[in-house]
Amino acid sequence: MTTKPYHDIPGTIIFDPEMAQLGYHLNQFANSLMQAANREKFKANERAYLDEWAMSEEQKQAVLARDYNQMMQLGGNVYFLAKIFSTDGLSFQHAAASMTGMTQEAYAQMMLNGGRRPEGNLYKEQNNG
Amino acid sequence: MARITAGVATSHVPAIGAAMDLGKTEQPYWQPLFKGYEYVRQWIKEQKPDVIFLVYNDHANAFDMNFIPTFAIGCAPEFKPADEGWGARPVPIVKGHPALAAHITQSLIQDNFDLTVVHKMDVDHGLTVPLSLVFGQVEAWPCLIIPFAVNVVLYPPPSGQRCYDLGKALRKAIESFPEDLNVQVWGTGGMSHQLQGPRAGLINQAFDNDFLDRLIDDAENLAKVPHINYVREAGSEGIELVMWLIMRGALNDEIELKHRFYHVPASNTAVGHLVVENKKA
Ligand SMILES: [Fe+2]
Repeated sequence: MTTKPYHDIPGTIIFDPEMAQLGYHLNQFANSLMQAANREKFKANERAYLDEWAMSEEQKQAVLARDYNQMMQLGGNVYFLAKIFSTDGLSFQHAAASMTGMTQEAYAQMMLNGGRRPEGNLYKEQNNG
Repeated sequence: MARITAGVATSHVPAIGAAMDLGKTEQPYWQPLFKGYEYVRQWIKEQKPDVIFLVYNDHANAFDMNFIPTFAIGCAPEFKPADEGWGARPVPIVKGHPALAAHITQSLIQDNFDLTVVHKMDVDHGLTVPLSLVFGQVEAWPCLIIPFAVNVVLYPPPSGQRCYDLGKALRKAIESFPEDLNVQVWGTGGMSHQLQGPRAGLINQAFDNDFLDRLIDDAENLAKVPHINYVREAGSEGIELVMWLIMRGALNDEIELKHRFYHVPASNTAVGHLVVENKKA
C-alpha cells in the first residue's frame, strides 16, 4: 500500500479506490443481503452462501466471525457491511461498539458523555506510526 | 423566474428516522434533539417552498460497488424510499421536478460540472431523515424534491471548494429557470462522527462549532479546508460535511441566520442544524 496522508490517523481505515478493489466481492456480498430472500439463505447456511461469492478465504472467515475491523482491513466499507449487522438485527451503535473493543454499555455511555474526545486521537504515536 | 429563498442544513442520522418511525421522540434520549427542530417545523409552514433541491449522499443503497457517481442528479418524477436491509421507512414517495432538474442538469454541465443523470433511484435515510425532521410525519411531502446525491462513501469525495463552486453554479441555474418558483437548497450529513475502527465514536465539538460559524460568515475560506482535516478531525464519516458547502454556495454571500442547533449524541453522531435565509435585496 502506498503511503497516504490519512495513514497516520489512528484507528481508522479510509475506504479509497485501492480498498474498494480489494473489497469489491465482500461489499457486493454484503449488499446482496438487502433482499429478504438472500438474508434467509445466508441465515440458513452462512458458509454455503459465502461460497457463492468470489471472496478470499480470509474475507469469509472475517464475516463468519463478525470481525468488522478485519472486514474493513480486507476492503469492506461500513455502509456495505451495515447490511450484515442489520441482518443480525443489530444497530450501527452496536456494530461501532464492537469495533472499539468496548462493551455496548460502555460505548453508549461514552457517546452520552459527548463521544470520544479528539485529544490524543488525531495522530498515531510517532513510535507505532 | 425561479428564486432561491432559503437554505436548511441538517445531519441525517438513520437512528433519528427510526426514533420517529417507532414513536420514540418523547423519550428522554431523543426529546432534546427533536426540540431543536421545533423552529424549522413552524418556519417551513410559513415559507411554503415549491421545490427543495436536496443535497445528500447515498449510503451504498442506490449505488453499490458497480457505479459510484461523484455528483448524481435525480431527474425522475418520483423516487421510492429505499429498503436498506430492514424494510423501507414508512414515509411518502418523493415527488421530483423533472423540468427543473433537466434545466439544472443542462446549466451545470455547461458550466463544467459533469453530473451523472439518474432516472431511477431509490432514496435512503440521507434524504428521507431530513424531510422527516423538517416536515414531521405527513401523508405526503408538501413540495417537490430534486435529489442530488454526492459521493462521500468512496474516498476522495469532491473537495469543499468543488462543492462550494457547484453551489454557486446551481444558484445561476435555478435563477435562470423561467417558472416562478420558491426554491430552497438543503445540505445534509455530518457533523463529526466515525462509524468504523477502534476510533469509532469520535466527536469533535470544537471542529463542528467552528464549521457552523464559518459556514455562515466565512464560507470562502471554509471551502479551502482540505479533506484530510475533515477525516482526521471530524471522523471518517464526518467528511459528509462538504455537502453543506453546496447549500452555502447556492445562497447569497450575505445570509440571515434564523436558527442554529447543535446536539450530541444521536447514536454515534453529532447533530448540527441551520436555517438560513437569503437577505432581501
Ligand atoms: Fe450519511
